[in-house]
Amino acid sequence: MTAFQTSRRGFLAAGAGLMLSLTLPLGRARAQTAATGPFVPNAFIRIGTDDTVTVMIKHLEMGQGPYTGLATLVAEELDADWAQMRAEGAPADNGLYANLFFGMQGTGGSTAIANSFMQMRKAGAAARAMLVAAAAQEWGVPAAEITVSAGQISHAGSGKSSGFGALSEAAASQPLPEDPPVKDAKDFVLIGTDRPKLDTVAKSNGTAIFTMDVYRDGMLTVVVAHPPRFGATVTSVDDAEALAVPGVEMVRQIPSGVAVYARNTYAALKGRDALVVEWDDSAAERRSSDELFAEYVTAAEEGGVTVEEDGDLAAFDGAAQVLEAEYRFPFLAHAPMEPLDAVIELADGKAEMWFGSQFPGFDRSTAAAVLGVPEEDLTINVLLAGGSFGRRAQGSAHIAAEAAEIAKAAGRDGTFKLVWTREDDLKGGYYRPMTLHRLRAGLDAEGNILGWENVVVNQSILMGTPMEGMLQGGPDATSFEGSSGLPYVLGAKRIGWARMESPVPVLWWRSVGHTHTAYAVETFLDEVLQAAGKDPLQGRLDLLPPEATRERGVLEKVKEISGWTGPQRDGRGYGVAYVKSFGTYVAEVVEVEDRGGVPHVSRVWCAVDCGIAVNPNVIRAQMEGGIGYALGTALHDRITLGAGGEVEQSNFHDYPMLRIGEMPAVEVAIIASSADPSGVGEPGVPPLAPALGNAWRALTGNKQYQLPFSGAIA
Amino acid sequence: MTKLTLALATGLIAAAPVFAQDSLSGPDAFADISDEAERSAAMFTEMGKVLTHPRCVNCHPVGDTPTQGDDMQAHSPPLVRGDADFGAPGMTCNTCHGPQNVALTSGQGSIPGHEPWMIAPVSMGWNGKSLNEICTQIKDPARNGDRDLEAIYEHMATDGLVGWAWDPGEGRTPAPGTQDVLGQLTRAWIDTGAVCPS
Amino acid sequence: MTKFIVNGREVDLDIDPDTPLLWALRDELRLTGTKFGCGIAQCGACTVMLDGMPRRSCVTPISMVEGSEVTTIEGMEGPEIAAVQSAWEAIDVPQCGWCQSGQIMSATALLQQVASPSDEDINNAMAGNVCRCATYVRIRQAIHDAAKTLEG
Repeated sequence: MTAFQTSRRGFLAAGAGLMLSLTLPLGRARAQTAATGPFVPNAFIRIGTDDTVTVMIKHLEMGQGPYTGLATLVAEELDADWAQMRAEGAPADNGLYANLFFGMQGTGGSTAIANSFMQMRKAGAAARAMLVAAAAQEWGVPAAEITVSAGQISHAGSGKSSGFGALSEAAASQPLPEDPPVKDAKDFVLIGTDRPKLDTVAKSNGTAIFTMDVYRDGMLTVVVAHPPRFGATVTSVDDAEALAVPGVEMVRQIPSGVAVYARNTYAALKGRDALVVEWDDSAAERRSSDELFAEYVTAAEEGGVTVEEDGDLAAFDGAAQVLEAEYRFPFLAHAPMEPLDAVIELADGKAEMWFGSQFPGFDRSTAAAVLGVPEEDLTINVLLAGGSFGRRAQGSAHIAAEAAEIAKAAGRDGTFKLVWTREDDLKGGYYRPMTLHRLRAGLDAEGNILGWENVVVNQSILMGTPMEGMLQGGPDATSFEGSSGLPYVLGAKRIGWARMESPVPVLWWRSVGHTHTAYAVETFLDEVLQAAGKDPLQGRLDLLPPEATRERGVLEKVKEISGWTGPQRDGRGYGVAYVKSFGTYVAEVVEVEDRGGVPHVSRVWCAVDCGIAVNPNVIRAQMEGGIGYALGTALHDRITLGAGGEVEQSNFHDYPMLRIGEMPAVEVAIIASSADPSGVGEPGVPPLAPALGNAWRALTGNKQYQLPFSGAIA
Repeated sequence: MTKLTLALATGLIAAAPVFAQDSLSGPDAFADISDEAERSAAMFTEMGKVLTHPRCVNCHPVGDTPTQGDDMQAHSPPLVRGDADFGAPGMTCNTCHGPQNVALTSGQGSIPGHEPWMIAPVSMGWNGKSLNEICTQIKDPARNGDRDLEAIYEHMATDGLVGWAWDPGEGRTPAPGTQDVLGQLTRAWIDTGAVCPS
Repeated sequence: MTKFIVNGREVDLDIDPDTPLLWALRDELRLTGTKFGCGIAQCGACTVMLDGMPRRSCVTPISMVEGSEVTTIEGMEGPEIAAVQSAWEAIDVPQCGWCQSGQIMSATALLQQVASPSDEDINNAMAGNVCRCATYVRIRQAIHDAAKTLEG
């Protein structure tokens, strides 16, 4: 099964049929008769004469499930049979394939289902209406008497029936419905049920094609020597020994470093090892993590700019008890299993790229600008990505840019595959920002919370990038989201943010600001509840205002499925945390054991409310995976800058991934809901670490004020 | 705040040598110890520089899991000795370790290798033990693979996997001295009564 | 020239004998089911069978496999791999999918040696295979399911 792959040949081979191009939401669209000519990538749906329904997926498939999710939405309204559904990555085209929440093509913020929910359903409904109209015309029966079910179009009165394929050409000449009706939720057949993911088979037999698997005739593999310190530039290069390595074809200086081009990967790596490069560190980051944290402490004391304020902090003056804590979080690398890569081909003034592009519009315009070609002369084929977790979504489009620089510097037509090694990845920046939190809370004698203050100190992800405009002059909420906007009633409140600057590039990392705010807020709140003599779970419920029904729903559900009896039982610790992120409400309970001073998480219970559950199977998978991703990070991971500013980690031996023996059993409960669907790729992550911190403190009394658990970060 | 010590795998690519004991004296250096038993014990103590070196102890664990690197961190990936001291079904020693050391193609260091490559049986676990305990154990056929002293000599002086300790590949400090000197010391120790240091 | 057998076919490669088998399989033979994840035998994405035993191809120079039989995910046959792949598909184990060839090779090797593995057997056999998406809950379940299928 390779139909989901971005394969031009496969697309053509499926034969002529119905192609729909829709500018949704609200169905203003035009039908095209699919020509026998070249692939025209301006459609969401293609129905082949062989009955296959191929959905062009505008979101990057990086494991979070949009190939299956968006195809489900189309299939639902098309009344297709699941077995006839296929998915293909849509190419770069901001006009056709914009994320409706972003206004440009892009995947992130757990928005794939949410922004596509009505658009893809309308697309499916429009196709269905045209097929029905075609059948009515061919059979000479009223369209209203025609039914469609599991891919079969039928007319009971005449006994006629047909699959989609036989009618696809006739359907193409039907007028496009202006605003095709979509189903009422009670009539959903596919939405809300489990069904096989479209990409599972190819990912289980080695045939799925990712960027690194693209091979073209005459292609050269390129690796780049990047500076050891962020912000450094090349002073001089001695490439004599590199060029002497058999297989190395050329060496070029590009803005991001020194590129080695070779006939195979091994030669490229050997060639890079043989380079002698001198770097200019005059603009480089030379501070260590230690030194940076010292500056962060000072900035926290100064209080930052106020990003949320409610009431008068003088309330602290009347407190019977004031709790304070300082939290530290390291830089984190995303470490997707497929290291960063891109393939670019130049021929006759035009360019074509193949890679797991997460912001195809940015990537396209950036690469085109580097090459000096019009955007329409640069095609990006979006392939499967072997993970991302935010890493492939760059405002700087630095991977597309580096690939284009390589192609440009080659000085000739040809195909070039840019490959980053794991070391390049872990040392290459674009980290979750290192962050410091200061929190304080005041309680009265009865344990009521009178005041809450939280100052967050870190670099901005958006400021200073081409995406700064999204902020419209305001502070960068991705830096402190989750510290602000809390649902709990906490008395007088102030949230401050201090922006720090560094040449170390930072980026959103699966759940972005919530990666640290959730830990600081939810573990500190746990301490506050303890000081007030309250149960962690009931205490949270008691702090919720009456209108917080969905928050309450997940907390009560996780209480039920975990059999919560309090923070300790039979020598094990139990902790709870609740976080709303990306529109989705998640509460998790962690069960922890003390194995010789090391926490071992044996079980996790998770309650999630993401509105309508389009594919419960994918939702459970994302919660399970998010929990494991968060747990490995909380236990093990940190990127630190040593004296002089060089990254101290290099590969999985010193930036360890969670392994199977550390993975807890996970039970997920999905809250039944009729609300519009929200995302699931990220929201499983934030509650895990604080629930673990709370469970560990309950079991051992130890307060963990920095992550990871395993060791020092400065 | 409690500082936890998780078993972190920082030892794969060790940095500079951390051992001062980079020399190993031969039997002649002990000639002026007139008491033979004392001389024998002193020579075993010298042998101990090798026996307690990470190159040996990493794969002579007392428990179920080997260690690695000059700083003797937990082996990464986590590995158990298994029924045959050769790892678990599905992940045995030779899943990663080949017949010779292999330099890494990216980054520094190497994956150590030798044919065969395996963990010493649990009865021969030395990690964390005193020299006296190791010595007693080495002489005990019930705990040394049913070897007599001559077989112990052969192991020390000629065994290929023991010899690997002096050619451990990039990123690992070799055991002190040479295998030849270790063999001479072992011979002399045996000839002087194979006395264990207290 | 380095000669060995890949998926039943003899190959004869005129490249640097130090070239890791991983890159020879991918760059020279275009067998892309075997993946690059770390290059230092920490993640298992590059696992192949070498004379019937699992082997990390990223730390295996081709000089080491002269005369040997190498089997990649593309060339695997037999009841164990079939059961494993069916089990993987039945519960949708993969997320991003990059590590899954390696996971499946290790799981198959385990089942070839242990018909009915315990959770501990699974932890031990699969400890060298990293899944960044943390699909471990389903990997464990699928191995148990495959074992049941093989029992018949």
